[in-house]
Amino acid sequence: MSNVIKLKRGLDIQLKGRAEKILDQMDRPDTFAIKPTDFHGLTPKLAAKEGDKVKAGSPLFFDKYQPEVKYVSPVSGEVVAVNRGERRKILEVVVKADGENQSEEFRKANPADLSRDEVREELLRSGLWPAFKMRPYGVVARPDENPRDIFISCFDSAPLAPDYDYILSGEESAWQTGLDALSKLTDGKIYLGLPAEGANKVFANSKGVEINRFQGPHPAGNVGIQLHTVAPLAKNEVVWTIQPQDVVAIGKLFEKGIYDPSRIIAFAGSEVKEPRYYRTWVGANLAGLFKGRLTNDHVRFISGNVLTGNRIESDGFLGFYDSMVSVIPEGDYYEAFGWALPGFNKFSPSHTFFSWLGSKKKKYRLDTNMHGEERAFVVSGEYEKVLPMDILPVYLLKAILANDIDKMEKLGIYDVVEEDMALCEYVCTSKIQVQSILRKGIDSMIKELG
Amino acid sequence: MKAIRNLFDKAKPHFEKGGKFHMFKSVFGGFETFLFVPNHTNKNGTHIRDYVDLKRTMVIVVVSLIPALLFGMYNIGYQHNLAVGETADFWQTFFYGFIRVLPIVVVSYVTGLGIEFATAQMRGHEINEGFLVSGMLIPLVMPINTPLWMIAVATAFAVIFGKEVFGGTGMNILNPALTARAFLFFAYPSFMSGDSVWTRIGAGNHAVDGFSGATAMAQAAQGHPITYSVSDMFFGFIPGSIGETSTLAILIGAAILLWTGVGSWKIMLSAVLGGTVMGLLLNIFAVNAYMAVPFWEHFIMGGFAFGVVFMATDPVSAAQTPKGKWIYGFLIGFLAILIRVINPAYPEGVMLAILLMNVFAPLIDHYVVESNIKRRMKRATVKA
Repeated sequence: MSNVIKLKRGLDIQLKGRAEKILDQMDRPDTFAIKPTDFHGLTPKLAAKEGDKVKAGSPLFFDKYQPEVKYVSPVSGEVVAVNRGERRKILEVVVKADGENQSEEFRKANPADLSRDEVREELLRSGLWPAFKMRPYGVVARPDENPRDIFISCFDSAPLAPDYDYILSGEESAWQTGLDALSKLTDGKIYLGLPAEGANKVFANSKGVEINRFQGPHPAGNVGIQLHTVAPLAKNEVVWTIQPQDVVAIGKLFEKGIYDPSRIIAFAGSEVKEPRYYRTWVGANLAGLFKGRLTNDHVRFISGNVLTGNRIESDGFLGFYDSMVSVIPEGDYYEAFGWALPGFNKFSPSHTFFSWLGSKKKKYRLDTNMHGEERAFVVSGEYEKVLPMDILPVYLLKAILANDIDKMEKLGIYDVVEEDMALCEYVCTSKIQVQSILRKGIDSMIKELG
Repeated sequence: MKAIRNLFDKAKPHFEKGGKFHMFKSVFGGFETFLFVPNHTNKNGTHIRDYVDLKRTMVIVVVSLIPALLFGMYNIGYQHNLAVGETADFWQTFFYGFIRVLPIVVVSYVTGLGIEFATAQMRGHEINEGFLVSGMLIPLVMPINTPLWMIAVATAFAVIFGKEVFGGTGMNILNPALTARAFLFFAYPSFMSGDSVWTRIGAGNHAVDGFSGATAMAQAAQGHPITYSVSDMFFGFIPGSIGETSTLAILIGAAILLWTGVGSWKIMLSAVLGGTVMGLLLNIFAVNAYMAVPFWEHFIMGGFAFGVVFMATDPVSAAQTPKGKWIYGFLIGFLAILIRVINPAYPEGVMLAILLMNVFAPLIDHYVVESNIKRRMKRATVKA
């Protein structure tokens, strides 16, 4: 049984370059990297040095404060570099693949027969644990906690996002095994969020879960929005979230006893010649994917979607949580009187540019220009239009700027992570850095309250 | 444009830190961002951004003020002709008003922008766009006979004490344009009210016999019947501040603000509702002629429409929560009519009602935020 929940507020940004449902195989890259920066609040401790031989599933680094949470190599090969940034912060641990595909051996078992501790042990050992994020805060889940529920959003409503139902078709059995394993980890329910229509191949027939369907514009597909709508968090409650591809990886771990780092990503964006789906690996170097597949060379490469993804270089690596790679034009140009022109081609959810004359279905080629300079908060009410939550976003941000922990808590910082408020940043007239302010607030919550 | 861009690129190093004109960095930046949308790109967070920025928003408001401004110019000429008993064709009439209103606009912008540039430079900030709108609003709420030096003084007062002392655009509590008008209203009352300030007679001319120059509200306040027809009041052929007379022109502006989403429909609608409720109450308990004025006539007299559409909706000084906007707007309409009718000292209540509610807006928001917090807490404990 499922009921459709209608969300009115939000915004679908129509971008050019949606991936066609054709699956290609990406050539296996030489190097892979796991990036500690993908995991918020993580203090990594290296488990392997340069020159060490590793197998797929061997730990590269672990969490200093929770040593049982390991981050593992996606391939077998040799650790060739530990790239560091300012103050020797570890940015990437790079592994050169040897092409032998050796994998650590894990336990093959039906998760239904295992105890909670055994399932948790397997997930921690195999390096799949970091796929769990916790709410509040959106950081990697703490293994010793008993989450109230587990939430999975089975669709992504972000611009150009991939269709998980397409990606995972054929993986039904691993999906169900993964869900069975998840059900061991919580006394509560597993909630699936499905789109109002479709997604019937893989997800609709899942067993042992509660299914809710969501209708409405982005961010309806964000797990945080679904959580807030279905069963909001009370203080001191913890919920875990995980993405569908990782559930399948967990399923494969128990079915085959190996760590399977393969992922299917959407390669999309207006600067991609033939946007389509590619089979690749967690942490894969993407230089080979970009080469010869772009229409333009002055572009921004993004691991993830255009609202929340991380900027990478042309030889960057796929992020741990990302199921897509976007390529859009760079916008580092001056535009004479840009603010005064009619703007028939300038997409804006406000009607301040004449693009409202165009069709709603029209697709735009948007670049990375900020289209203005940062200012103080002036226009009110625009964030609320794109955040379908019972939250006053501007007041929350002001509480964060004032570093008022008590107010942040009261105004709902537990309910949101960056992706939920990404659209607020997109629509902001004053060009305020909503997501980085919010992360700063979450960081100080973690610091103050643990 | 390319040549100008090159010029800017060449000049830019001199204004950077260490350059010889570093002290004029804000001024340079102000001109540069006026001519060119800068080449800033998103570094982290969202990689794409809405095209709208504060300049665009402000320009939309200025555009929506243009009908009121143009009609105001025409009406100045029209009222002049009535007063002195002349006849003139459309363009002569318009031109008469044009050359009298233009200096006021220029003085307002020059004074205000001068102060903005100077304060931004002093603080090392970027120049903000806020005054683009205030600079246009100030002339429109002034009577035509206000001396130019007074406009300059009022503008300076409004920008410095209404805005900059709070930290500039986005931080002010009171609407700057209304601050300017309130300043003159209390400092030089004889130039801001009475029957002679609204109509430009001009030196050497004499008003025709029987000409009074009283506004509709002044007539009503004195217990006289209103001599202006409803259609004159709606279209704006009545004496009043430069931009406030034509309800039609203001409605065109309102339509632009609402369609573009720049002005809050919640505030506009609730202010009209508030005015209606108060107007009806007064009608029911009417003991004098002013109280008996049909409630809807209040909307086309005086500054009600102008204030509600352009002043009350200023997002910085208005309430900022969705619910707060309803309360804020309602009270503005409610109080504006109350002050207008009941208080004999001020025939115009809109300005004071909006300023009063500007002061109360943070309080309204505070209670809305508190109720949001309470609701969320309650939900949390029920679940637990």
